[in-house]
Amino acid sequence: MNLTLKIWRQKNANDKGKMVDYPISDISPDMSFLEMLDVLNEQLINKGEEPVAFDHDCREGICGMCSLYINGEAHGPDRGVTTCQLHMRMFKDGDTIYIEPFRAAAFPVIKDLVVDRSAFDRIQHAGGFISVNTSGNTIDANAIPVNKHDADDAFAAATCIGCGACVASCKNSSAMLFVGAKVSQFALLPQGQVEATDRVLNMVKQMDEEGFGNCTNTGACEVECPKGISLENIARMNREYLKASLKG
Amino acid sequence: MSGILNSSIGRKFAMALSALFLMIFLLQHFVINFSSVISADAFNNMSHFMGTNWLIQYVMQPVLILGVIFHFVMGFVLEIKNKKARNISYAKNNGGANSSWMSRNMIYSGLFILIFLVIHFIDFWIPEINTKYIQGDMSGLLPNGEYRYYEELVHKFAPIWRVALYCLGFVFLSLHLLHGFMSAFQSVGANNKYTQGLKGFGKAYAIIIPLGFIVIALFHHFNH
Amino acid sequence: MALDSKIPKGPLADKWTNHKNSINLVNPANKRLIDVIVVGTGLAGGSAAATLAELGYNVKAFCFQDSPRRAHSIAAQGGINAAKNYQGDGDSTYRLFYDTVKGGDYRSREANVYRLAEVSANIIDQCVAQGVPFAREYGGLLDNRSFGGVLVSRTFYAAGQTGQQLLLGAYSALNRQIGRGKVKMYNRHEMLDVVVVNGKARGIIARNMITGEIERHSAHAVVLGTGGYGNVFFLSTNAMGSNVTAAWKAHKRGAYFANPCYTQIHPTCIPVSGDHQSKLTLMSESLRNDGRIWVPKHMKDVEAIRAGKLKPTDLAEEDRDYYLERRYPAFGNLVPRDVASRAAKERCDAGYGVNATGEAVYLDFASAIKRYGKEQAHIKGLDENDAALVKQLGQDVVRTKYGNLFQMYEKIVDQNPYETPMMIYPAVHYTMGGVWVDYNLQTTVPGLYCIGEANFSDHGANRLGASALMQGLADGYFVLPYTIGDYLADDIRTGPISTDSPAFEEAEKSVRDNINHLINNNGKYSVDHFHKKLGKIMWNKCGMARNEQGLKEAITEIAELRAEFWKDVKVPGTNDEFNEELAKALRVADFLELGELFAKDALLREESAGGHFREEYQTEEGEAKRRKEFQYVAAWEYKGEPKDAVLHKEDLVYENIEVKERSYK
Repeated sequence: MNLTLKIWRQKNANDKGKMVDYPISDISPDMSFLEMLDVLNEQLINKGEEPVAFDHDCREGICGMCSLYINGEAHGPDRGVTTCQLHMRMFKDGDTIYIEPFRAAAFPVIKDLVVDRSAFDRIQHAGGFISVNTSGNTIDANAIPVNKHDADDAFAAATCIGCGACVASCKNSSAMLFVGAKVSQFALLPQGQVEATDRVLNMVKQMDEEGFGNCTNTGACEVECPKGISLENIARMNREYLKASLKG
Repeated sequence: MSGILNSSIGRKFAMALSALFLMIFLLQHFVINFSSVISADAFNNMSHFMGTNWLIQYVMQPVLILGVIFHFVMGFVLEIKNKKARNISYAKNNGGANSSWMSRNMIYSGLFILIFLVIHFIDFWIPEINTKYIQGDMSGLLPNGEYRYYEELVHKFAPIWRVALYCLGFVFLSLHLLHGFMSAFQSVGANNKYTQGLKGFGKAYAIIIPLGFIVIALFHHFNH
Repeated sequence: MALDSKIPKGPLADKWTNHKNSINLVNPANKRLIDVIVVGTGLAGGSAAATLAELGYNVKAFCFQDSPRRAHSIAAQGGINAAKNYQGDGDSTYRLFYDTVKGGDYRSREANVYRLAEVSANIIDQCVAQGVPFAREYGGLLDNRSFGGVLVSRTFYAAGQTGQQLLLGAYSALNRQIGRGKVKMYNRHEMLDVVVVNGKARGIIARNMITGEIERHSAHAVVLGTGGYGNVFFLSTNAMGSNVTAAWKAHKRGAYFANPCYTQIHPTCIPVSGDHQSKLTLMSESLRNDGRIWVPKHMKDVEAIRAGKLKPTDLAEEDRDYYLERRYPAFGNLVPRDVASRAAKERCDAGYGVNATGEAVYLDFASAIKRYGKEQAHIKGLDENDAALVKQLGQDVVRTKYGNLFQMYEKIVDQNPYETPMMIYPAVHYTMGGVWVDYNLQTTVPGLYCIGEANFSDHGANRLGASALMQGLADGYFVLPYTIGDYLADDIRTGPISTDSPAFEEAEKSVRDNINHLINNNGKYSVDHFHKKLGKIMWNKCGMARNEQGLKEAITEIAELRAEFWKDVKVPGTNDEFNEELAKALRVADFLELGELFAKDALLREESAGGHFREEYQTEEGEAKRRKEFQYVAAWEYKGEPKDAVLHKEDLVYENIEVKERSYK
């Protein structure tokens, strides 16, 4: 396949940045999208140009490190995948592909397509945990039976990989799907009840301070989420938050 | 509880509550207006009651006005904040791939509704206030001794330009509601096994009510 | 220096308890005066950093990813072992210990493995208390599955994402400590050297990967939880960033490197599809619970399949060779990984591979789908003879168990594994070898500790499935936080460690020199060019089967490639910016040294054991042949070039387990 890539190039956080065109040829449909970028970078290096910086690590869709806004969608046009799992068979010979970083004021660009998502970490420092000591002197695991339905829902919420596609896709750059998933995981489990009030209040406060926008329920996040995290989690967070506000 | 309106979720909740209130009002407004298609007397009686009952006039009317103003102001505030949350926009954005046009353009449908409301105020509410509270005529009667409400309604729908504007306003209201109805429920945390059913109901509401208003306007325009 | 493994005296079952009772402790007030650096934030590093902070130490934690949550532990799929015996199927601490030592082909340290088995149950309690959503049964209690090489169900899991859930648990514990200010987290930082002051590890040199700044960080002790070195093969199931640099720098500063040749080649990975491939993807071993592995019995069918004239689903049962079930009737498809991998290679070498490259076998779920479907139909009172319904119900069961894996497969291969068998082939997955540590997890450099996959101790020559997660968390939550106190007890009056000492100067300078050389080299080839070449040598000559001649060639070729690398590598950009190529170059430089030591270790080990298979040493049936005279740990001391490394032996003594011919028949 032969393609035209339009890629966002930005030297560093202070640079203004611009879109630059790169033609690329002989791309196999079996390549992953990132392997296609590897090929481009190899060519750029051999030509003495700077390779395109992009985040990636596990390349199997679980670490959440890869990002990219491809042809107007987070992680590209395929559903239920991260960019590293997106394959070139999704594109046609002759296509023009726009490749941009995830955009949000809370995710500043570090270089080219690499953005800083540490806002997500800080939200979790604020309350994304259950305060048990890691000493191992806890009660037996089976002393806390958990309704299978709740356990499954908690697991579904916990499969969030923290990639930030929800923020990137949201017209408001809202992080509510991410925070909703985190709040839900603990809210659904008996272990999480003790600190439920403080957790949701603190995490939402931190989320607001990071400069994410507000949710207007467009549902774009749910569609673009590579792990299919459900909007139910946002509704649950809203409930938890209101409950907590009335209490606290 | 304090400071809840300073948090994102608090604002979203307030937005939803005002929306739910306005949707109930809309339903009530629709029922009364629609009675005009069926019976002029029923419409006159209801209108007179609404226009003169102290609870409605002095309690519900201010609440409604506040609700409308709050919903608009908060809508604009949130829109501005949300725009700021993305300082550089995408060179290519395919919003249609993951969300409805209505959900992405609430601010524009809302703006059209606002324009409509302003006209509606000038056209209906201000004369009404003038008659009742400045002229002091609380009788609701025409010089011929009949109630004036139905007559006025028919008269208003005579010019084609007003009917056209009216219809257009309700088209935008429908678009606004097509996203807004479910959105309000999601915001207050209602997402459960009833959601699918509620979605269907919301769609029906968002289409039937505005369409009903349009039918009323057309009915009177063409019947008189 | 003689190797002292510091194994406590006394009966096996009491060693750990007695040891904990007798080692020194640091009182809570004094812990505040002590700094600990933890490098790596996977299951081992993350859990250690959290626990040390909780105990009261000041912790600085480092990871090269943009968040600790992205460490490659997150990709572990199948599960975590624990001797809970919730299933009542005869499991016990001893049995887990026994299975692990046997699975490791009698090349691991008894006392360490026993301790691992002992604390395993605690891990599950800990994780559940933290809110890790393990799979549950309808009664609300925890579910278990079975894994290769064992006869009980002791593996706890969270669909095919167990590593993710456990890591998020450790990450949440870490977050709590970061929030409290007890852990200072350094994301996007790569450790480039260990600083040894007066014979003790007292800090690290790290590069800020955003600004390029070279930073000095001091502490009273340094803990490495930096994972394995599978990426020396270029293609492996490891993350792109996984590297040996931290461990290798430690080695160069005096830490012995043990058993580098023990590499696990995982039997169930998605086969290589072409030259463009950047990494390989694992399909969890748990799939072997329900999937049956086969190749066609007849060559004509193999050819027809390769030519696309025959679909695997159309091949009759009697024309299929379920070779694992045929060769190992007792364990069948659940033989340990090394055995399963070699069996796949044997079939493919004989020409029975089922894809274009001839390097793939089938993993078939058709019979499991049918079995589950009938079961479900029975439970729901539906028609068990309705084939379409049974298939549908069976697929639903398989989807809940392995949905994410099936989806991953479909995205990569573009085939639907619910309808047609998966194609799999072995790939490099895990490294049992690593930095040598004693019973306290301390390396041969005082104050330098090594935990998780980065050390060598618990898995011998082959790791059993679902044991890596167990070891990482055991080391981080329950072992290191105690044993490190014994060392730090002497440091309560030391005070803060200065970063102005000559040792820091020297370490920083050597890091800078290295970087400057790479940046200014202006050679002809990219870093990947060399990495791919190294990978080819490693895979062809140090891969699933090794022999003397190949290993000797590998040693020479790697040394040559290394020289070429330093002469001809091209690293664009500068040091003082985000520079992925520079980061890669620094890692590959270390792989090029490790690779040679790897081959040297494999050459020395004239036996076959677990993941190390020497063609010269096999039984008549083609199984691995251990030799008594190699019942030791090969710990290498750095002496300049890899070829000059000096061997130290730690004899492995088995007092509580009988060393037998490993049989899974």
